[in-house]
Amino acid sequence: MIANLGFAAILIAFAAVIYAAVASLYGAKRGDPRWVESARNAMASTLPLILLACMLIVYLLLTNDFSVEYVWRVTSTEMPAYLKVTALWGGQAGSLLFWNLLLAGFTTAAMLRKWDDQRALMPYAILVGSITQIFFLGLVAFVENPFTPSAVIPPEGQGLNPLLRHPGMIIHPPMLYLGFTGFTIPYTFAMAALIKGRLDDGWIRTTRRWTLVAWLFLSLGLILGGRWAYDVLGWGGYWAWDPVENASFMPWLAGTAFLHSVMIQEKRNMFKVWNIVLVVLTYLLVVYGTFIVRSGVISSVHSFAQSAVGPLFFGFLGIMIVFSVYWLLRRHDQLATANHLQSFLSREAAFLLNNFVFMGVLFATFWGTNYPIISELFTGEKLTVGPPFYNKVNGPLFAALLLLMGVAPLTMWYRSSARRIGMALRWPALAALLLSVALFALGVDSWGALFGFWIVTFSLILTILEFSKGVRARMKRGESPWAAFSNLIGRDRRRYGGYWIHLGVLVMAFGIIGSYFFQQETQIRLQSGESAALGDFEMFFNGVRQFPGPDDLLIKEADLSVFDNGRPVGRVTPRTEFYTRTGQPMTIPGVRSTVGEDFYVIMVNWESATADAATFRIFLNPLINWVWAGGFIFILGTLIAAWPDPVDKKVTAATRARRPAAQPA
Amino acid sequence: MYNDFPNRSDNCRRSPSATNVVPVPLLVQWLHSSCIFLLLAACAGALLLIAVPATAQEPVTDDDVNDVARDLYCPVCENTPLDACPTQACQDWRDEIRAQLSQGRSEHEIQQYFVDRYGVEVLAQPPFEGFNMLIWLLPILVVVLAAFLFWRYLGRLREGAPPTADEPKKDDTAMVAQGSAQQPPPAADEDDYVSRIEKEVRE
Repeated sequence: MIANLGFAAILIAFAAVIYAAVASLYGAKRGDPRWVESARNAMASTLPLILLACMLIVYLLLTNDFSVEYVWRVTSTEMPAYLKVTALWGGQAGSLLFWNLLLAGFTTAAMLRKWDDQRALMPYAILVGSITQIFFLGLVAFVENPFTPSAVIPPEGQGLNPLLRHPGMIIHPPMLYLGFTGFTIPYTFAMAALIKGRLDDGWIRTTRRWTLVAWLFLSLGLILGGRWAYDVLGWGGYWAWDPVENASFMPWLAGTAFLHSVMIQEKRNMFKVWNIVLVVLTYLLVVYGTFIVRSGVISSVHSFAQSAVGPLFFGFLGIMIVFSVYWLLRRHDQLATANHLQSFLSREAAFLLNNFVFMGVLFATFWGTNYPIISELFTGEKLTVGPPFYNKVNGPLFAALLLLMGVAPLTMWYRSSARRIGMALRWPALAALLLSVALFALGVDSWGALFGFWIVTFSLILTILEFSKGVRARMKRGESPWAAFSNLIGRDRRRYGGYWIHLGVLVMAFGIIGSYFFQQETQIRLQSGESAALGDFEMFFNGVRQFPGPDDLLIKEADLSVFDNGRPVGRVTPRTEFYTRTGQPMTIPGVRSTVGEDFYVIMVNWESATADAATFRIFLNPLINWVWAGGFIFILGTLIAAWPDPVDKKVTAATRARRPAAQPA
Repeated sequence: MYNDFPNRSDNCRRSPSATNVVPVPLLVQWLHSSCIFLLLAACAGALLLIAVPATAQEPVTDDDVNDVARDLYCPVCENTPLDACPTQACQDWRDEIRAQLSQGRSEHEIQQYFVDRYGVEVLAQPPFEGFNMLIWLLPILVVVLAAFLFWRYLGRLREGAPPTADEPKKDDTAMVAQGSAQQPPPAADEDDYVSRIEKEVRE
């Protein structure tokens, strides 16, 4: 009964969104605002309908209604309530429904908020937005329906995939989905601008904050995903260039390139085509990323789901490529700019270079991710493209980006003098060099790491100098240091939020370089009472305790005392969790964390209570906490840049007053 | 990220010479010690070559096994390297590696053994041969080609630039109108935002 109601809600929403597409198109052709308004209302009505469907499925999950297949596939009776709720995105059909909810949320919010501002674009924005929604709702309604009744009602459910029971994994998918769906908003408005032929930067101003918010969530999703891998997957790292990681990293790359290049258009009115290309690319990569995750085309640890949605995604992707390219070509002439590049040594050239490198990373990642398919198609040979490929190809490109991150803010729009930039770079370069030499003298003998540390320090000094320059200028006017600092950021949050993000990236880079080049590890079998050493650390094995956990868990937990240079620093308790019903093991590391390094222990194997011996894998991950600290700074910076401000309205009003011609009648 | 450095356990952060602060003697010392190290390594290598049966008796540590397993992937647990994979199948593979190591086989021979049986899929990256050269060559080719086109495009954009085309401070007109017009315009290369901040504070 409830399942039927939920399915009905999905069907009505599907019908409504189709109506929205037709009505908006008709209204645009006829120039009749009533049809457009009706389309908007239909579009907005999908949100409560999808929300209702989501609430109903959550209700079914909470009440263990195993007459619905999705429910018993992802829950079991003993699961705690919060896990039953999060099981909404624990399987294929539920995640797609959840995807629809977020998409409808973003689209509706954008339509309602920007209704007065962008009335002229609206019919087409509704049209483009509803096309995406039609596809994803169609998937849920006809292919992956979460309300499908069970063929046989089982007495007990399978329970949520153990990997998904971790807090990190509970938050990680919604963040990624928010990022993914958020990026449909700039696409929607960019395409609307193309179709309408209104090619000023109106669509960019309209979607700027939306893009930043989408980017914020995608970044957060990526960082949380890394943390989850580190805490749960038990291999001592946080990023493995897994196809599904790449699937969410690629839209991020394109989106980041866009966030930079859009500034050229705002400032110089150049590269309009390129900006639309980037937005389109980001959107296509979002669909493609969802396709990779959901179709299992490149099977990987993350691809829990494999189903028939693959070909449909492929078809939709093809349609959207043709649709986007068609309108781009049609409006190509109108997007031409009269402005010219004044100098290679200018801010706009620096942004272009940034875009170039981002596209390089994107291409290499795309190529590596898809190469197994290509190889299988052409030679019939299955193969693996693992981290070595990505590290070798992307490593140098990342280095270039970090360098650019420090130097580019010194350039000026139009042109800047080489002498001036050279002067500004001299001392930071030398200071960073001193640090590298010092590290070398301390015994760091990896050239890659020394070079990496040089770049990071160099750019870090330059970024901090950017802040201090601004603060000093304000302080000269009699502001206190703190007031100067907060006013500096407050007055130009986009710029200084951006530099703050750069700081975060640089701190993360420190951690990545440290943990990449200097990770140490060893594996050893210990009898109870024996000890093992790695680096300055030593650990004593006190024994293993076995006890039942919540749900159907059986936990084996090792107890180890850790000594740093002979000084006791506490214990670590690596454990294996065994889900008896599904027979799935989890390896949870025991970690002793400090600013300098993580002492990270995994219990690989425990022989039995009688043998009282276990095998441990020990990692020493230097500087790894800098990755998380940098991630935190990064997110903070994004919040600074994206936080809505009350002044915003005033500014839009001002622009409107100044340029009445740009506004719709 | 998985670490693909084969010698990572050698990558100690503090070498024995860490206490030495003076750089020049340190360098000498470092060269010195690395020479000795090389010499020792060569001797060890020679010994290994002569006495292969002798090494067969030496116990194979878990670390030796992991060093080989790190760059192998079983066809079932895709994208999980063998050294980190908890499944029974991968455990069996590691036992196989251990057995082969104790017979004195090299890492390369063991890799080849798995490739022969299960295909190149087991390698962390495709070997640089035949069609698979593409995976390395194409990104390089594309980046070089794109760089060339990019450069030409920038050049074209620049060529057309009239001496001062759109350079007049369009964007500053609003501010100028707001009363700082008497301020001498900043030199072309003046820090635009420092002056902007100054203007702002004055308001």
